[in-house]
Amino acid sequence: MSGVHVTTTINGDAVEFVCNADEPLLDVLRNRLGMTGAKEGCGTGDCGACSVTVNGRLVCSCLVLGAEVQGAKVGTIEGMAKGDQLHPLQKNFIAHAALQCGICTPGFLIAAKALLDKNPDPSEEEIRFGLAGNLCRCTGYDKIVRAVQATAKEMRGA
Amino acid sequence: MPLDTHFTNQKFKQVGTRPLRPDGVDKVTGRAKYGADYNAPGQLIALVLRSPHAHARIKKIDTSKAEKLAGVKAIITSADLPDLTAGDRGMRDMLENCMARKKVLYDGHAVAAVAAIDQTTARKALKLIQVDYEILPHVTDVDEALKPSAPVIHNDIFTEGVEPTPTKPSNNNKRASFGHGDIEQGFRDADIIVEHTYKTEQTHQGYIEPHACVANVSPDGQGELWVCTQGHFVYRNQCAALLGMDISKLRVTASEIGGGFGGKTHIWTEPLALALSRKANRPVKLTMSREEVFRCSGPTSSTSIDMKIGAKRDGTITAAHGVLRYHGGAFPATWAEFGAMTAFACYDLKNVKSESIEVIVNRPKTAAYRAPSAPMAAFAVESAVDELAKKIGMDPVELRIKNAAKQGTQSSYGPVYGPIGIGATLEAAKNHAHMKAPLGKNQGRGMACGFWFNFGGQTCCDINVTPDGTVTVAVGTIDVGGSRASIGLMAAEELGISYDNVRVVIADTSSLGHNDMTDGSRGTFSTGLATIAAARNAIKVLCARAAKMWDIPEDAVVWEDGHAKPAGTNAGNFPPLSIKEIAAAAGNTGGPIAGHNELVADGAGVSFATHICDIEVDPETGRSTVKRYTVIQDAGKAVHPTYVEGQYQGGAAQGIGWALNEEYIYGKDGRLQNAGFLDYRIPVCSDLPFIDTMILEIPNPNHPYGVRGVGETSIVPPLAAVANAMSNAVGIRLTHIPMSPPRVLKAISARKH
Repeated sequence: MSGVHVTTTINGDAVEFVCNADEPLLDVLRNRLGMTGAKEGCGTGDCGACSVTVNGRLVCSCLVLGAEVQGAKVGTIEGMAKGDQLHPLQKNFIAHAALQCGICTPGFLIAAKALLDKNPDPSEEEIRFGLAGNLCRCTGYDKIVRAVQATAKEMRGA
Repeated sequence: MPLDTHFTNQKFKQVGTRPLRPDGVDKVTGRAKYGADYNAPGQLIALVLRSPHAHARIKKIDTSKAEKLAGVKAIITSADLPDLTAGDRGMRDMLENCMARKKVLYDGHAVAAVAAIDQTTARKALKLIQVDYEILPHVTDVDEALKPSAPVIHNDIFTEGVEPTPTKPSNNNKRASFGHGDIEQGFRDADIIVEHTYKTEQTHQGYIEPHACVANVSPDGQGELWVCTQGHFVYRNQCAALLGMDISKLRVTASEIGGGFGGKTHIWTEPLALALSRKANRPVKLTMSREEVFRCSGPTSSTSIDMKIGAKRDGTITAAHGVLRYHGGAFPATWAEFGAMTAFACYDLKNVKSESIEVIVNRPKTAAYRAPSAPMAAFAVESAVDELAKKIGMDPVELRIKNAAKQGTQSSYGPVYGPIGIGATLEAAKNHAHMKAPLGKNQGRGMACGFWFNFGGQTCCDINVTPDGTVTVAVGTIDVGGSRASIGLMAAEELGISYDNVRVVIADTSSLGHNDMTDGSRGTFSTGLATIAAARNAIKVLCARAAKMWDIPEDAVVWEDGHAKPAGTNAGNFPPLSIKEIAAAAGNTGGPIAGHNELVADGAGVSFATHICDIEVDPETGRSTVKRYTVIQDAGKAVHPTYVEGQYQGGAAQGIGWALNEEYIYGKDGRLQNAGFLDYRIPVCSDLPFIDTMILEIPNPNHPYGVRGVGETSIVPPLAAVANAMSNAVGIRLTHIPMSPPRVLKAISARKH
């Protein structure tokens, strides 16, 4: 199969890669670019562990083709902290023990950030429905919701 | 010196606090490396060809076309995995489960595996492998499999535990019985008897990370395995045995684990990756797809349970009898036995009998799932106890308090209990604000209890004091939910140093002695014991070094608050020496300072919980929503209370999913119909409320800090707690789990007619 040449921006950096025409963005990130922060939990868009943003929109990177991000702006977990400064969501996920095994955590953080970008003051219900596309099997979601609530409050106050 | 494990009721400075976990930053930045996140230079990609049939004889496998495909570097079938198990049935079953031999025994059973230069080539190669099957009749239902007309899956299985041993093979590999007293008399003494058959469907642990490994075996017989597992030493031992390798030559490094819950306690594809690597002389990466995880890893049993409980009008239970049928998938197992042992463990019963019947069906080999076998048994017992309370007209909590096991009770499975927490969790439930909160329309409240044994086992720990006085702790149990933090706390407590000055790592299998896997809620309990012992051994060395620096006898030095001090005025008048000062001088006082310990952790304290659940049922659709949920559980001593709460909440959420939605659905063709997260629906964030927790601390007398395991018990009560809530919400008593909307709707409309 001849490759598709793609020029894109990932976490603000210009990136070029060649991928197969049928290759998911997730595989490009993980296997070609060495960015293994996005996880494959299902490969069918059901678990959200591979969540990234494309032009600001939350997507499952297993359902987007690598070839589709030509000229786009991709955001992944690797770009969430600014230098050694963790994003408030990252800090609060640790502080509130919103992760146990941590495999779903990058996806939850990307989804939670996308939620707060759109809605800085979400109700508990809005948080729960906003994160309903991400599966976590360890926590029962309790501490995840609390971490997002604490972050929303903190960021509004800032 | 062996560790004195008696509980000492000491005052803690660090244990019981809530510091941040050491793996937190790596996990929120995407840096943490899980099974599929590792790649070896020059690695091949492996895929497994799996049976589309539930039961079939393999007549022929032709791999010749696939071998000729450019980019294919190795293909294996069972012919590449000779049986080296020398009569060990368990190991032989494991080998046969990893790769089918003469027959395929379930939909998804591996028949061949390919390693190629990339995934696309490997996928093409799978399509070129031709397997001729002779399809055989199959059975996937636990009750159907016991019928005389059922196809017999193994012709060499003769029921164990019955006299005389049957002469005909069957799908019932074992029977066992537990209990004491005279149940016949007990039922004659009863005023009220409740009797039902309960069924629960098969569920999956549902860890979000699929199984993944990278194997690298050289022609000189040495090998490396990177793998997500709950027990890298166990994986090492099993893989080495199946592949004829020396155990010492196979080094296994555990990745971060993306959830296990018991499902990563068995080997599945790892021997295949190793065999492919050995054949190709290249590193091989093998990752399961989600569909493969559902079809061919190790879900839990589906069950069918006959339950009969009798009581006096005053609420005293006079007799209890259960017959529990659990399947082990396509291989012999003892899951029903665990169910039978745990079933009545919450109660102080004069006459009790629980019988287990192990069943073999054409489904994947069952693995442990969090307190394995206990939730289904508790569903039957706690549903029946609730119904008993209703018939007597007694409050269900009061009835349970009246019959609760206590210190000195002979448990239904044999041992006499020491100090236990069932009574305390029930009293806490009775007095909890949740119990008094008002309920709305179509809402109901239920409660239920649960028990789990907790395990100990082989464990070791190395503590090294580094030249600057900070400390590394190497342990051999996988961290599944924050144990690095709890072990760090215990090491810091013993050494009298700051938690921030301790780094805990999971050592690879060549760097530490054998450790049993992280199962049975044993991680913090067992490795905690080894850590405490290793720290005390390190302190002995530190004191000896201080003695040398002061030129006084070793026994004239004591360790307090992270410092060596002279034991008394007779010992001499020296200012305390810090761990930092002693470490800095180590090169002149005898070399590096370390403490080690190897032990078999005995005395894991049994664990009890009581849960309270409010649900709302929509009578139009049969959909149920959990509105409020409370977990009350005895932790012995919560080393890191936040992560203990996390275990309580996570187990409850899994139990709620099991109660309301999750089930394996097999078609008449014996194929799994819902092998994905879309159709096998685990709870999502919008399905659940906040889950309140209450940690009780009834010390385990066999641990210096009083620690009990906490990881598993929380999944035991929810099935019954939700069922009891449903019964109170809409007046229907469901005896079949999950209580999915169609089943609920059917029950509601049946009641109307």
